[in-house]
Amino acid sequence: MTAVLEVSGLKTHFFTHAGVVKAVDGVDFAVKKGEVMGLVGESGSGKSITGFSILGLIDAPGRIVEGAIRFNGEDIANAPEDRLKSIRGNRISMIFQDPMMTLNPVLRIDSQMMEAILAHEKVSKKVAWERCRDALGLVGIPSPEERLRAYPHQLSGGMRQRVSIAIAFLNKPDLIIADEPTTALDVTIQAQIIHEAQKLTKQTGTAMIWITHDLAVVAGLADRISVMYAGRIVEQGLTDDVIDHPLHPYTVGLLGSVPTANKRGERLFQIEGMTPNMLALPEGCAFAPRCGFASPACKVPPAVEHVADRELRCYHPQSQVAAQ
Amino acid sequence: MSVFVIRRLMQAFFVVFLMSVIVFFGVNIVGDPVYMLVSPDADQADIEAAIRRLGLDRPIWEQYLLFLKGAAQGNLGDSFIFGEPALKLILHHMPATLELAFSALFLAIAIGIPLGLFSGLYPDNPVSKGIMAGSILGFSLPTFWVGLMLILLFAVELGWLPSTGRGDTATIFGIETSLATWDGLKHIFLPALNLALLKISLAIRLTRAGVREAMGQDYVKYARAKGVSTRRIIFVHVMKNIMIPVVTVMGLEFGSLIGFSVVTETIFAWPGMGKLLIDAILQLDRPVVVAYLMIMVLFFVVINLIVDILYSILDPRVRLQDQGA
Repeated sequence: MTAVLEVSGLKTHFFTHAGVVKAVDGVDFAVKKGEVMGLVGESGSGKSITGFSILGLIDAPGRIVEGAIRFNGEDIANAPEDRLKSIRGNRISMIFQDPMMTLNPVLRIDSQMMEAILAHEKVSKKVAWERCRDALGLVGIPSPEERLRAYPHQLSGGMRQRVSIAIAFLNKPDLIIADEPTTALDVTIQAQIIHEAQKLTKQTGTAMIWITHDLAVVAGLADRISVMYAGRIVEQGLTDDVIDHPLHPYTVGLLGSVPTANKRGERLFQIEGMTPNMLALPEGCAFAPRCGFASPACKVPPAVEHVADRELRCYHPQSQVAAQ
Repeated sequence: MSVFVIRRLMQAFFVVFLMSVIVFFGVNIVGDPVYMLVSPDADQADIEAAIRRLGLDRPIWEQYLLFLKGAAQGNLGDSFIFGEPALKLILHHMPATLELAFSALFLAIAIGIPLGLFSGLYPDNPVSKGIMAGSILGFSLPTFWVGLMLILLFAVELGWLPSTGRGDTATIFGIETSLATWDGLKHIFLPALNLALLKISLAIRLTRAGVREAMGQDYVKYARAKGVSTRRIIFVHVMKNIMIPVVTVMGLEFGSLIGFSVVTETIFAWPGMGKLLIDAILQLDRPVVVAYLMIMVLFFVVINLIVDILYSILDPRVRLQDQGA
């Protein structure tokens, strides 16, 4: 299978008055056709900025300073705005976190959906309208004609996120970036939305990057998982491998802090300390100050190591430690 | 909706009644109009005859009841000076004031919103900073002084535009207006600009604040992520959102435009209601003052109602409901 998207050495920095924030600092990953990649990390780890970088939606004072974003072979990092505009919403679309904030409150659903088609294709309004209606039907919205005439405030949160998903799939894109699309929803709706997204990616062969801080969400959804910490991907691999045999101490910590049924009554594990200040990152491995296995070697940034089908940035892979 | 309108009309009726009490008694405290009307060498008998003729010999509550009785029949009393019905006098002067106020409102919107939009989209541009500095001047300079300066510059120094009066008028749709003739337009430009200055500044600041807020919203970023053109984002996504506060405030300010026209009309000798009011106040022509204030109350009430209805059209989240019923 060929890669739809190949990101290599991506660095997106923000040049603020207080200093340079290296929100994304050398990220490499690839997403194959039809593949779902889970991009996992804490708030501020740079996962959303990675998503916005791909779409070229980084606003001043931020910019992509280095790296390549090859989309279907074409490098679109810092591509001209016109080129990016023709890709956005057309070949790569995005689902945002909060459906309450992303739909324009004063425009009807139909105009917000149709503009996504009309921005990229010369079709009649009637054709566009019919495609929108069918798209709403596909994501399980009852009586789509009526919903098209509605304003966002007349729909529930889950319904609005379904609309966002319908919009994302409207132009049959090659890639969808979903930025925490279920975080603002309650758990039952969350499960429905994930199911809907999964079904559609399977049907259409669309690749997807699912950004989340919730490992439990991607465990059942993603084919591969990339764990991000302080602007870098610290561990990457097939979902089952990463979940069952986490190598990086940070991944181990993340997995340990997910509440599960067989941990009932026990105290939840907690990663010591706080996410680092992005303006003053520690030298070497950014996770070292919070890591129980840190050694003097960690003062030098660990390079990406390939272990079988996995990628890792750590001197102390956990399976080895456990084996000792 | 219709229940809402009926309810609002009933509230309006109460407000008008309350105002009539305040205005009528308030005006009757000030001065004695009789001495303005009789000749200086009139004797006591003449003065008393005048008092009786004007109905001022009766107790004030009786005068008020008579006024109410007349008002119910559409008669707000006769002018002491002209002997004509006060309402007729005001209605006669109203078109001049309305055309001035509408012209000012038009200028405020046509100049204020584009400038506000520009300075909101490019806040760091030097032109934007100039616009903002200008709007501070617009807010803080007194209307009468700006009016005098406009006359000094455009009428006296440059001689481009006339400084007084309404100029030629023509009749369109049965309304006599200066907006229909070139000479009339030349006459109305300076007073309209003078009256609009404050509102232009207001429109600039409202629009700029709205644009800056809206541009940072998720729905704008989302529209960009959909590949929507910048023009559509600004003129549909952003403008439709900021029109809500702009229409509300500008609509409500329309009443104050009519009110403020008192100053502008006096400076530019514009023959409108404001000029009539000032003359009436100076001559203690009580019925005219009372009638003018009553009409103004009606104006404000009606404008508020129109703004509420417009608001519900612009903002789908607002549906006018019969609250608490």
